[in-house]
Amino acid sequence: MTPELAAIEAFLVREAALLDGRKLEEWLGLFTEDARYWLPISPDQDSGTEQLSLIYDDRALLEMRVRRAQHSLFHAQRPPSRTVHLVSNVRLAEEQPAGALAVLSNQLIVEYRNGKSRSYAGTCRHELAPGGAAGFRIRLKRLDLIDADGVHEGITVIL
Amino acid sequence: MSGNGHAAEADGLVQDGRVHRAVYVDPTIFEREMRQLFGRAWLYLGHESQIPNPGDYFTTRMARENVIVARHRDGAVHVLFNRCRHRGAVLCADASGHAPRFVCCYHGWTYDTDGALVDVPLPEGYPGGAPTSPGHDLARVKRVESYRGFIFASLAADGPALAEFLGAMTTSIDDLVDRSPTGEVVVAGGISKHAYNGNWKLVFENNNDLLHPHFVHASSIAAARERERASPGEGPGRVAMRQMLANGAPMPVWEGLGLWTQRFGHSFMGDFHDRRTFPVDPDDPVEAEYRTRLTARVGAARAAEILAVGRFNSIVYPSLSFMSMFRQLRVVHPIAVDRTEIHTHTFRMVGAPERMFRDSIAFANTVNGVGSLVLTDDLETYERIQLGLATQGGDWVELGRGLGGDVADAGGMLRGATGTSEIHVRNQFAAWRHYMAGPES
Repeated sequence: MTPELAAIEAFLVREAALLDGRKLEEWLGLFTEDARYWLPISPDQDSGTEQLSLIYDDRALLEMRVRRAQHSLFHAQRPPSRTVHLVSNVRLAEEQPAGALAVLSNQLIVEYRNGKSRSYAGTCRHELAPGGAAGFRIRLKRLDLIDADGVHEGITVIL
Repeated sequence: MSGNGHAAEADGLVQDGRVHRAVYVDPTIFEREMRQLFGRAWLYLGHESQIPNPGDYFTTRMARENVIVARHRDGAVHVLFNRCRHRGAVLCADASGHAPRFVCCYHGWTYDTDGALVDVPLPEGYPGGAPTSPGHDLARVKRVESYRGFIFASLAADGPALAEFLGAMTTSIDDLVDRSPTGEVVVAGGISKHAYNGNWKLVFENNNDLLHPHFVHASSIAAARERERASPGEGPGRVAMRQMLANGAPMPVWEGLGLWTQRFGHSFMGDFHDRRTFPVDPDDPVEAEYRTRLTARVGAARAAEILAVGRFNSIVYPSLSFMSMFRQLRVVHPIAVDRTEIHTHTFRMVGAPERMFRDSIAFANTVNGVGSLVLTDDLETYERIQLGLATQGGDWVELGRGLGGDVADAGGMLRGATGTSEIHVRNQFAAWRHYMAGPES
């Protein structure tokens, strides 16, 4: 692994650890002002504005998502979930966008809540702009679940 | 059980201002609902824009029946049971597509897009004569009708015509269509699907329930109020924030809203947005451009009439819940007594400014998206209700808000005493009792 890829992988692992540790404000701090957090409803979906999504957040909506997650009347998180992210197969995307580094990883997230476990598996695309204490800021986090076009129950944790 | 027995049972379960919890949790009642209610009522299948050309099709469910909705070469829409007449395999495995013929994967029996059997391999293998049309055509759903492009079907051979069934609910469909500057709307942006572990009736009760937002959506309302102090930007966060603020309308707004019901369990509610919370600010240039285009087609007076209709949500019981002003539609599929699946469709107004469609997508993700800040608390509530009703601690569910205060209104409709009346739930159960008490289908 190149030193560059090792640094990227360390960043992705740290990002996932913030989510699993529910340090959401700190997690939010990793994102750029023009960031998108996106879970499409179909494979190869090319638009979050012209097509429906499971989640398609700009920075404003992402901030509201984080604020709500801390609210005592977030019923769907009482009791709260616990999650664990497994981040692997980290590689650079074949085509690189301008002004950012596109990184792909395979992710498996297992959620436990209220007596039930549930898993989310997919390919994650991060577009990383330079900046921040870690050397990167997230411009895009797109998680393509393998069952994106399937039938989902409410998604109440940040993946 | 005899027909009278079922009538007595239905009467026992549904009483003035209350229903027995069994209607939500008893699997035998659910089975009977599939035959008596979903087997008879007109069910929404989809919109004609999903199958614009001959050979276009989509597959869906009518209650638990798998069906193909296909456009034949003469332009007619056919609703066919998705099951080969040979050995029974599901014929069409894709959610949608285009096919000149449907060919079974097993032995190649081939059907036309109107369901007619057109080919059987090696026909000489049948000493008594090979199967032919029409005896071995795909089974057709008994009745199919459209209203302004909205396709409904009924599994029952007899019953009220679609127009009688819809009654004044056509005005809600009109609202969705008439707002388009060209008078044309098309389903666009894909179909999103979600499910909850609860009875199908819960979503219909909740969708026109005007007391719940303050409680169920407290966390997203608070997040939106906090965000309003900063700029929400011009992306999906703007639409989401405004809708979540709308959910936080003060109680007098909810109390003052109109909530109307009519025969067959249908209902619609008024709208509760204001300048601050409507997805598009009235002074937004996009909104002005839209009004200009609408006025150009229909004239100022008619445009004003169209835009004056304020209707947040309408329910065509027991399959459809839609937001005509916001071009969102939800098709409700009962899966089991404690499992319900919902498909969300969004419409594009042909000829409207492009950003209005993007706002519709953002709106759909906000209120109907499975990862939304709003819907997820509704889904949690449905599941808590299902769990709660499965336990002892009282056999009756109370539906008495506004009981006795219903007011007769135009078009044969009844209006709730206040917006928070449970009139729509009582009305759904009146229809439920009617269907369930009838003779066995």
